[in-house]
Amino acid sequence: MSTLIDIIASAGLWAAVLRIATPLIFGTLGALLCERAGVLNLGIEGIMTFGAMIGWLSVYHGADLWTGLLIAALAGGIFGLLHSALTVTLGLSQHVSGLGVTLFASSFSYYVFRLIVPVAGTPPTIAPFQPIAIPGLSTLPFLGPAVLTQTAPTYLAILVALVMAYILFRTPVGLAIRMTGENPHAAEAQGLNPMRVRYGAVIAGSALMGMGGAFLTLSAFNSFFPTMVQGRGWICIALVVFASWRPGRALFGALLFAFFDAFQLRLQTAVQGVPYQIFLMTPYILSIVALAVMSRRARVPQALMQPYRRGER
Amino acid sequence: MRFERREHRPLYLMILAPLLAIVAALVLAGILIAIAGAPVLEAYRRILLGAFGSRLSATETLTRATPLILTGLAAAVAFRARLWNIGAEGQFYFGAIAVAAFGSKMLAGLPALMLIPLLLIIGAIAGMILILVPLWLRLRFSVDEVVTSLILNFIAVLFVSMLIDGVLKDPMAFGWPQSQGVVDHAMLPKLIARSRLHIGFAIAIALAAIVYFIQSRTVFGMQSRAAGLSPSGAVFAGVRLGTTLVKVACLSGGLAGLAGAIEVMGVKGYVTTDLSPGFGYAGIVVAMLANLNPLGVVLAAIFTATMFVGADGMSRGLGIPTYIADVTVALSLLTMLIALFFTQYRVRR
Repeated sequence: MSTLIDIIASAGLWAAVLRIATPLIFGTLGALLCERAGVLNLGIEGIMTFGAMIGWLSVYHGADLWTGLLIAALAGGIFGLLHSALTVTLGLSQHVSGLGVTLFASSFSYYVFRLIVPVAGTPPTIAPFQPIAIPGLSTLPFLGPAVLTQTAPTYLAILVALVMAYILFRTPVGLAIRMTGENPHAAEAQGLNPMRVRYGAVIAGSALMGMGGAFLTLSAFNSFFPTMVQGRGWICIALVVFASWRPGRALFGALLFAFFDAFQLRLQTAVQGVPYQIFLMTPYILSIVALAVMSRRARVPQALMQPYRRGER
Repeated sequence: MRFERREHRPLYLMILAPLLAIVAALVLAGILIAIAGAPVLEAYRRILLGAFGSRLSATETLTRATPLILTGLAAAVAFRARLWNIGAEGQFYFGAIAVAAFGSKMLAGLPALMLIPLLLIIGAIAGMILILVPLWLRLRFSVDEVVTSLILNFIAVLFVSMLIDGVLKDPMAFGWPQSQGVVDHAMLPKLIARSRLHIGFAIAIALAAIVYFIQSRTVFGMQSRAAGLSPSGAVFAGVRLGTTLVKVACLSGGLAGLAGAIEVMGVKGYVTTDLSPGFGYAGIVVAMLANLNPLGVVLAAIFTATMFVGADGMSRGLGIPTYIADVTVALSLLTMLIALFFTQYRVRR
């Protein structure tokens, strides 16, 4: 019992929680934005992989870290454009198109990476984002080392959550996105172009997914390796349901999830005699449980997964 | 520009679409090969040679196609009923580990004629058990099965890793995490001597024919298609949606579990966590390339296996990363989606 308390009371745990949560925050917000406009984006796992790869590769070839992050966002946006073309313009099954984008984006990432970086014993590295100590606050006991010494993208992720909550619920753009996700015909009757809104939301959402992936290589680690995304994208899709399609709850859900993940990592070393795979399973099991619990009262955007064609009902 | 639904799908388009899609994917992949600085046609020649250039390579390609036919069928039967089973990878591992568990000691005393069919059934049941979790969550809590079946893949592989690190660990494997091997007489007979091609390939083709028959000639086949076309319409027509989905799921999960069982009994003899280089995920592409047609799945699986086996030799010769095979297969999924769209719609200006 005292080990548990020691773990929870350690600043290291809470610092890790924020670090683990960051790619999930970006990814969940990205998926949430797409779904609010009515498009399920299962391309997320592949887009995150590509973002991780291209962000790392840019920095490896001399771009600075912020440019790397931006390139990852742009690349994510391009995959979003592909997914929109298939699902919005052609109205294809969003499930299948998303899986196609994931399969393509991840295999394309590995291909480009292998093409440019030859096989080596130790993978090449870059100098990643360094933790920023917020002047004054970071010297506070506990809170300082735990929360206020993160790398810049972590602060950015939290900021994006707040901005997205504001945009979605307090601005005309947000209203247009939500209306398109609920009832594109009503949105069109209001003079909006549902197709354009969906394109915009999916491209912007996919850009966030790309940034989430890039955080892994530019901040959390300093190198790229295949399968490094490890299902984080799928967990983000689950977190969107957990969050009932609300950015604030998405932030909370990602942090909660990251807490369990960081906690199980520390428990692995503290508790002997239990196979380590049991601990590794818990985050995945947790996200399934979260889905089951939250699906009942979730308010799904009504037009989610429904293709919109003008004049066709 | 707008799209107009075709009154009927012309037969020539239905046949032409998959071919055009694959040509388009090969052209796009060719651009990537050219960017890498290799001669494109030479690359494709080497892929074909690598996959079919000798007796050894041809049998190797068909051996690789075997699990793909089965995971492709698993995806095809589920998708037709709009049951999004993306969990074939995990079901594959469940089938594989079940065979390793029962086939190493427990049932080793049985003669081959009883042991082999029994192990195949056990593998299929293991796959079914895993798919029932997302199905139950969908029917009970209306959770979309895409994410749950996908996440279960990670759990299944970790579970297998735990078993081959623990109770099922082979003590003779020099500390390497590897399951105990199945007994020799549990291994599937070879189809062609002095090759790895085993009777599992024939089983897979027979199952494709059986699934085709089920889908086109039985009430259950009709019900599962109806469930996919319009769930509410199916219910109105008296189809019991829940029961139908359970049957579809068992068929789908069973086929994926069988793929794992056959891979263990036909090729490896034991389980490691890299037994599958993504057979479950490739099965999704195979099913889509076949437009969910069970007989088309056989052809699509052989195409996919050709890319994977052929790319190895091409990669060594020309210095192109083997991932080009994955890229080409994924690209053909995307081009196939677009091609199928144009069999249903025409463009109006």
